Amino acid sequence: MTIVRISDDAAALACGADAVAAAFASAGCTVERVSTWGMHWLEPLAEIDGSGFGPLEPADVAAVLAGSSPKAIGQIEQHPFLARQQRFTFARAGRTRPLSLEDYAATGGWAGVKRARELGPEATIAEVTGSGLRGRGGAGFPAGIKWTTVAKAAGPVKYIVCNADEGDSATFADRMVMEGDPFMLIEGMAIAGFAVGAGKGYIYVRSEYPHAITKLQSAIALAVPHIAPFEVEVRVGAGSYVCGEETSLLNSLEGKRGEVRAKPPLPALEGLFGKPTVVNNVLTLAAVPFILANGAQAYADVGFGRSRGTMPIQLAGNIKHGGLYEVGFGITLGELVNEIGGGTATGRPVRAVQVGGPLGAFHPPADFPLPFDYEAFAAADGLIGHAGLTVFDDSADMSAQARFAMSFCAAESCGKCTPCRIGSTRGVELIDRIRARSGRRPGKVEALPQMHNARKAPRKLGDEIELLEDLCETMKFGSLCALGGFTPYPVLSALKHWPEDFGIAVPDQEAAE
Amino acid sequence: MNDAQELDGILAAHHGREGALLPILHDVQAAHGFISEDAVRTIAKALNLTRAEVHGVVSFYHDFREAPELRPVLKLCRAESCQARGVEAMVAALPDNSRVAVETVYCLGLCSVGPAAMVGDTVHGRLDTARLGALVESLA
Ligand SMILES: Cc1cc2nc3c(=O)[nH]c(=O)nc-3n(C[C@H](O)[C@H](O)[C@H](O)COP(=O)(O)O)c2cc1C
Ligand code: SF4
Ligand code: FES
Repeated sequence: MTIVRISDDAAALACGADAVAAAFASAGCTVERVSTWGMHWLEPLAEIDGSGFGPLEPADVAAVLAGSSPKAIGQIEQHPFLARQQRFTFARAGRTRPLSLEDYAATGGWAGVKRARELGPEATIAEVTGSGLRGRGGAGFPAGIKWTTVAKAAGPVKYIVCNADEGDSATFADRMVMEGDPFMLIEGMAIAGFAVGAGKGYIYVRSEYPHAITKLQSAIALAVPHIAPFEVEVRVGAGSYVCGEETSLLNSLEGKRGEVRAKPPLPALEGLFGKPTVVNNVLTLAAVPFILANGAQAYADVGFGRSRGTMPIQLAGNIKHGGLYEVGFGITLGELVNEIGGGTATGRPVRAVQVGGPLGAFHPPADFPLPFDYEAFAAADGLIGHAGLTVFDDSADMSAQARFAMSFCAAESCGKCTPCRIGSTRGVELIDRIRARSGRRPGKVEALPQMHNARKAPRKLGDEIELLEDLCETMKFGSLCALGGFTPYPVLSALKHWPEDFGIAVPDQEAAE
Repeated sequence: MNDAQELDGILAAHHGREGALLPILHDVQAAHGFISEDAVRTIAKALNLTRAEVHGVVSFYHDFREAPELRPVLKLCRAESCQARGVEAMVAALPDNSRVAVETVYCLGLCSVGPAAMVGDTVHGRLDTARLGALVESLA
């Protein structure tokens, strides 16, 4: 009997994997549902004896089984997209059945938690510190230092909180871990709990990920004997982007509005319900079993500068070969977009690449030599964030993208501080005026003689641009968290690199006159 | 079982759970389709919160509805990666269909196979104008 392996990852399902699986089953094959290899442009991808076929439709099944399918891609493992990757976190991707304890154990599962228990808590943290692992949620804070703070904090009750809110556009690596290799995440949390002395872990998953939620719940039930006495529970978000910010997430877990908390106190000392809490991203925790099983050095050997280990990079948007690419830090942006991603899906020239989600900068092709590294991107007025890349072709309108960044901030602001809550709304209005080249006359109130400081002369385009820069400055330095604080990155980068989209290269139209 | 009994059942199921409010609201919305004023009152009482506190939570999160949506709902992603794949033009070309609620969401994690949408728990990728139009029609 022919065994056909097809992914049940949401990206495969969205492309019709269930129908293809059903077609193979009714042709008499045994269908195994596995995780995805991460070559999403080939989904639904079927694997028979190591050979791949995709992207398939049910009508292709007969030809595949007859050996005459034009959609054959050869041996999957040798596919150039996979051959150059260094898969530590995604070592099982495409290879195992997500909820099979058998597959997990056969591929090195539970070796990390076993070694941690042999080493003891302190040496476990030392391994994580020695690996150089930095938080993958965006800020890049060293995981070992965070764990040490929590381990040293006093008190019998501590928590591990896994941040699975993954709200950035262009990111899906957390989702792929939760749907494709949930035991690895659970093992990473159990190691963290053992290391810092926490008995309970929560995974806060966004509600937009129903498949991840179901898989995690099943996996947690199956994993109990392997992680006891540590307990894990899934909690579901409710459609709020800012709840990915760690203190907002903690408030949400406590059943409150997802408002950001002022720091200090650090969550490591006063986190969930006021107890010492490790908050780590899915990818951070998922990297831990590898580090414990293979040793800190094996992880730290890979990387670039102070960015050690591998980064699961997500290629998305208008890109030919979209999917997951895990590789050591240091690969350049241009390699990712052009060589690996194959350029745009539309075949048109690349105009901009947004790196790091809605708070990340837009990079022009001139930035393609940038190495993927936290510090290098920061130096180029950008950020890596959760390592999602959105590629835009030359039809993109960059002032429209800047407007979107402001409107997204306005929609998702938690409302705690003025530069973000009000500034983002004023930013949308301002960019609308810039796009309309309308300029602005003083309003009724501004024209009143009492309003000494209000400007009486109409604003022209140049004044409006200056005002936008000024507003961005205020948001950058006056916001409590990175939602308000980083929204200026996409706005200012769009303005800097594509001024023509804001009407700057064209002569100042004095429409306000 | 009427709504009030159902709500009591939900509250009993979450009794003593830490940070129970969001799980309760999710269950209530799943059962009733929205969070009514009556439900807010009952939940507040059970959790020893004020109605204002519960209302504040309900209104903070995009997922929670304060009024029922009786039409089928299609959640369409309009975040950056789906924009880069042309979702805005598709929205502009959507036929008027008042029998389907097309709601905007920001990212479904399907950004490599966008434009993407979700109906219930069913995900749809690689949409274009025709496929989105057909999907909306199929729900109407
Ligand atoms: C607006 C905003 C949204 C965020 N969203 C996420 C998210 O979805 N997932 C995540 O892991 N971190 C997110 N973060 C970062 C978290 O605040 C925090 O740094 C992270 O969870 C720490 O884990 P790490 O050290 O493992 O990265 C967000 C931050 C901000 C300001
Ligand atoms: S910057 Fe925005 S999201 Fe962050 S705390 Fe202030 S208002 Fe809330
Ligand atoms: S941007 Fe649309 S699914 Fe992520």
